[in-house]
Amino acid sequence: MIELRAKKQFPSFAIDAEIEIDAEDSGIVALFGKSGCGKTSIINMIAGLLRPDAGKVVIDDRVLFDSKAGIDIPPYRRDIGYVFQDARLFPHMTVKSNLLYGAGRESGTRFDLDLITELLDIGHLLTRRPGELSGGEKQRVSIGRTILSNPRILLMDEPLASLDGARKAEILPFIQRLRDELGLPIIYVSHSIEEVVRLADVMVLIDEGRVAASGDVGDITSRLDLYPLTGRYEAGSVIAATVKDLDADYGLTVLDTPGGDIRVPQLSLSPGSALRLRIRARDVALAIERPTGTSFQNILNGTVREIGERIHTRSDAAADAMVEVSVDIGAPLRVRITRKSLDELGLRIGSPVYALIKAVAIDKHTLGRGAGSEHAARYS
Amino acid sequence: MTDLLSPAEWEALALSLRVAVVSMLGCLPVALALAFLLARFRFPGKALLDGLIHLPLVVPPVVVGYLLLVMLGRKGIVGAWLFDVFGVSIAFTWKGAAVAAAVMALPLAVRAMRLAIENVDRGLEDAAKTLGAQPLKVFATVTMPLIAPGILVGALLAFARALGEFGATITFVSNIPGETQTIPLALYAQIQTPGGEAAAARLAAISIAVALIAMIASEYMARRIRRSIGGVE
Repeated sequence: MIELRAKKQFPSFAIDAEIEIDAEDSGIVALFGKSGCGKTSIINMIAGLLRPDAGKVVIDDRVLFDSKAGIDIPPYRRDIGYVFQDARLFPHMTVKSNLLYGAGRESGTRFDLDLITELLDIGHLLTRRPGELSGGEKQRVSIGRTILSNPRILLMDEPLASLDGARKAEILPFIQRLRDELGLPIIYVSHSIEEVVRLADVMVLIDEGRVAASGDVGDITSRLDLYPLTGRYEAGSVIAATVKDLDADYGLTVLDTPGGDIRVPQLSLSPGSALRLRIRARDVALAIERPTGTSFQNILNGTVREIGERIHTRSDAAADAMVEVSVDIGAPLRVRITRKSLDELGLRIGSPVYALIKAVAIDKHTLGRGAGSEHAARYS
Repeated sequence: MTDLLSPAEWEALALSLRVAVVSMLGCLPVALALAFLLARFRFPGKALLDGLIHLPLVVPPVVVGYLLLVMLGRKGIVGAWLFDVFGVSIAFTWKGAAVAAAVMALPLAVRAMRLAIENVDRGLEDAAKTLGAQPLKVFATVTMPLIAPGILVGALLAFARALGEFGATITFVSNIPGETQTIPLALYAQIQTPGGEAAAARLAAISIAVALIAMIASEYMARRIRRSIGGVE
């Protein structure tokens, strides 16, 4: 349980945040927001590297900071692991000395060097110096060093931000393994919605030093009022599903979702497996009557829940033609259609509609808690 | 080897080295503490302290020597107390020469170390703290190794400055052969003596040789430290 109430005034900016999360149950909690919104300052206050002007920080009933009671536990006694964006390896030590730097800490957790070097695939680097490592290797060693300091909770500040695409892809699976295999609560700071959707179950949306929203990643990413904050790029919905049945004749897997059955090309998962679907807003079409004679396999009925505002951007005339609609199919589903369609269909809040789903991306990592690669299915 | 230099020259050389080493060793901890204070803390009177430390660099050395004499002489403010309490008098002794050299070397050592401390990435210290390291461990295992090259440079500058010290020394502890007559002072005495030209030239050569050896040794050490810090050069 992580509880933070903190105020901090900077010369041109202020933080006034209240966060309460149950990190044990939620796996990875993402702190998401634009650059400069105060995410890093917030986790620095949790770690004790930044002192709030006023407030309280409590982790698992242990008060780390309380301005009223005059409590301020120094960072080296907080038992909090911190993976920094820039790795921050000690340049004058070997990789092994770096890894073991904090290994003496007694905190109730205990991780073993061999296990961690194996998990992060850094065993062959032990005798090297940080100056001889690539960016991705540095970040892996940094993650290993933090875990080997036996923290009770892990803070990660954009661990992928300073890496290029290939290096990011190299690290992501390791972070997923941390979550799945070590059972360490993780707070993951990011400004990339893709990373958040891929890794986190719960997210806290930060805007200008305040918590704009927090909750399930699927709920937050499908809320149209948060659209300017979560971003238009790759807008979509995240929907929980379980494998219901296999249709061997047609090579399809039937998934049970809150909106009804969804059929996808066959997955190597047994019935009952939990997984998470990502459906991009532009991969869904709407109809006001149930279409017949169509190749669409997945037609779900629902009602219009929310209609997004027009996006006026002078630089993007094409975007002005589009509007986002949130449809309640038992779970919120984001749909992107033209404004012309919206008017011609006469859609209002509460209108019954049918959602025609063109493509589904399946993210096995997110709910399955097992290693595996990502499948994307595109069909109609 | 012993024939290379005359007994008087050996005496001056040994005294010079002793004064330089003692003043360097005395100067280092003080300089390191001051460098930390100036690099890491904000406090009222910081500019004044900075100015005072730099004073020996800008006022004529004879002024520093005069102030030392006024303060640390047998009848000086601090000197009288030292004599009463400890029975120690440093004016007109080689210890006084070392004190004069240390005061003159202080600004150079502080500057070099302050620069090194300011260059340390504070993020590394933060990282060490989140790994459970207490401040003393952070200092010993992260900060110190990273500023080691700066400390070495500061030490070399202090040593070199002490070897070359003249004005403050001659004012504070006079020019006593065997007690306070370092190489520069001996050289000065020879120049003042008719027929001392050859001896003066020999002392100048000794002075240059010692300085060169010190520089080469420190360059070698600096390279080793850099290699141990950076992994690759």
